[in-house]
Amino acid sequence: MRDSLTDTATEALPITIRGVTKTYGRVHALDDVDLDIRSGEFLTLLGPSGSGKTTLLMVLAGFIRPDRGSLRFGDDEVIRLPPHKRDLGMVFQNYALFPHMTVAGNVAYPLRLRGISKAEAAERVEKALETVQLGGYGARRITQLSGGQKQRVALARAIVFEPRILLMDEPLSALDKKLRERMQIELRHLHDKLGMTTVYVTHDQREALTMSDRIAVINHGRVMQIDTPSRIYDHPANRFVADFIGESTFLPVGRDGPVVAYEGQPLSYTDTPPSGDLVLMIRPERLRILTGEAREANRFEATVTDIVYQGDSYLMYARLADGAEVAVRGVIRSTTFSALPEVGGSVTLGLDPEDTVLIPAGDAPDE
Amino acid sequence: MSEAALPMAAAATHADDLRRDARREQLALFGLASPALLLVMVVLVIPVGWLFYLSFIGADGSFSLENYERMFDSKSYRRIFWTTFEISFLTTGICILIGYPLAYFLAQLPRRAANLCLITVLLPFWTSLLVRTYAWLVLLQRKGLINEWAIDLGLWDEPVKLAHNMTGTVIGMVHIMLPFLVLPLYGSMKAIDRDYLRAAANLGAGPVRNFWTVFLPLSLPGLFAGALIVFVLCLGFYVTPAVLGGGKVIMVSMKIASNIELFVNWGAASALGVVLLAATLVILFTAARFVKLDRLAGGGH
Repeated sequence: MRDSLTDTATEALPITIRGVTKTYGRVHALDDVDLDIRSGEFLTLLGPSGSGKTTLLMVLAGFIRPDRGSLRFGDDEVIRLPPHKRDLGMVFQNYALFPHMTVAGNVAYPLRLRGISKAEAAERVEKALETVQLGGYGARRITQLSGGQKQRVALARAIVFEPRILLMDEPLSALDKKLRERMQIELRHLHDKLGMTTVYVTHDQREALTMSDRIAVINHGRVMQIDTPSRIYDHPANRFVADFIGESTFLPVGRDGPVVAYEGQPLSYTDTPPSGDLVLMIRPERLRILTGEAREANRFEATVTDIVYQGDSYLMYARLADGAEVAVRGVIRSTTFSALPEVGGSVTLGLDPEDTVLIPAGDAPDE
Repeated sequence: MSEAALPMAAAATHADDLRRDARREQLALFGLASPALLLVMVVLVIPVGWLFYLSFIGADGSFSLENYERMFDSKSYRRIFWTTFEISFLTTGICILIGYPLAYFLAQLPRRAANLCLITVLLPFWTSLLVRTYAWLVLLQRKGLINEWAIDLGLWDEPVKLAHNMTGTVIGMVHIMLPFLVLPLYGSMKAIDRDYLRAAANLGAGPVRNFWTVFLPLSLPGLFAGALIVFVLCLGFYVTPAVLGGGKVIMVSMKIASNIELFVNWGAASALGVVLLAATLVILFTAARFVKLDRLAGGGH
């Protein structure tokens, strides 16, 4: 019997998506999508609801037939292949566990269809259940399981036949926060162990940042940016990505050759800004309250408008001279919170040149 | 008295009040249900009880079991029961064979089209049962439309006997019973989450395997409910076998009618009614256990 559930990397497959388009009436659910998913990577499709991320996953699984385009798993063109011939593992949002079968029945189902002998199937089912830490649960009814357990069974069913590509459609959205965070780490470990190419759909940016090798941010049926989590967060390619991921304030800046200035005050920055009109993106946790001496930071004078206590951190809102409001987030230690200026008081905010991120003023890549 | 005991005592009095409130609420609810209970008493319990009583009264007016003895001794009675069950089984079986594909087809249609089709399924409900039955007689009789057309087309040479026999009865009953099967079945098919079918396909099941291993098992509760309704309705059916059977197909309900109208033998009629009721209850009970078993297996929704 094969033992690859414990070995790393059954040969994973890269996925190549070219020019995939799907329209419903006049709405472009997918608008000429090109995407290369590397062999063995954990790629997250991230976007707001209605952005087309689920549509793209359904196209990968074969449940939605696109209008045109090409889809290759490895070297094989699969765009016309029906779903049952694609040999993909998939975890559904509502798990879709068959209620008329036991846990073992569900997990054995794909093996049964592949004509694997009962004895071997039983062994592989148990091994898959152990992999998701549900060893010995085989005889249970689906209705007897908790949400987290259903999630694990769905995962076991998706990996038991050792597919080379695993698709997941918001698999954690039905779980409570604590469990969700634990499962994120577990899913990531499982991926590292099994090594299959994984495409994961979510609208939860933190989940995407936590789990992914790379994130493809999708909006209006187009890929807005595909990059590593830290590049996506720190260097968004456009205003949509900056706005969708994390909190941010955008300040208009003027540009004159290499000199970029806010309110006439030149900004110091480290990365070469993109061409065209720019805005300055400020993340709340990158702003600091300056107390007198400061190194080469960009300085902003502001008036405090509100202070919010959030347990582990505080959020301070301050209005700049031109009326724009920025947020400042800081860790709360016993001394920091009491040392904050009063509401209505003035404050000097500093932004390090490394954190001074200039992005295109447009909303999308080609605007 | 210690300070801690005081709130305890106060809580105890509240418990009594709360219990009284709960009881009063229950009584009020019962009061609301009482007109319905009274109606059920008057139109169901009393007549059925009277029927039960009558079935134990012999021809001479005294208590006897002769009505039941006759039923079990007489060959004709046994044949009537046999016919009743035979027709009910046949009708239910044919309804399943026709109704399942129909419900499946309806369940695949987009909602608007499905509603339109459902109306055509329901349309017969809005015309009189008797009219529909006689309409079948017109179609099926020796010189009816079907025979004439078939002979014109050369399908058969002699008129085939379609009415006034078992064939006609079953054709008419299937037509009348079909909606009772299709409606619950359609409902249960509609309730099957498409993701189950997608999951099965994703795991490698082609359309045929997908149907047999996932769709069919999940639609069984609806099929069961529909088949049960049809079967139980068939057991007590009167109009259609009376008209299309032409007196040659005698079901229990018809024997009850003739016992009363022809022989004015209320005792015999009541005994038949009691046995039919008992048989129906036994079937319902068995089926309920069967369905519950199916539920335990997780098939029910």
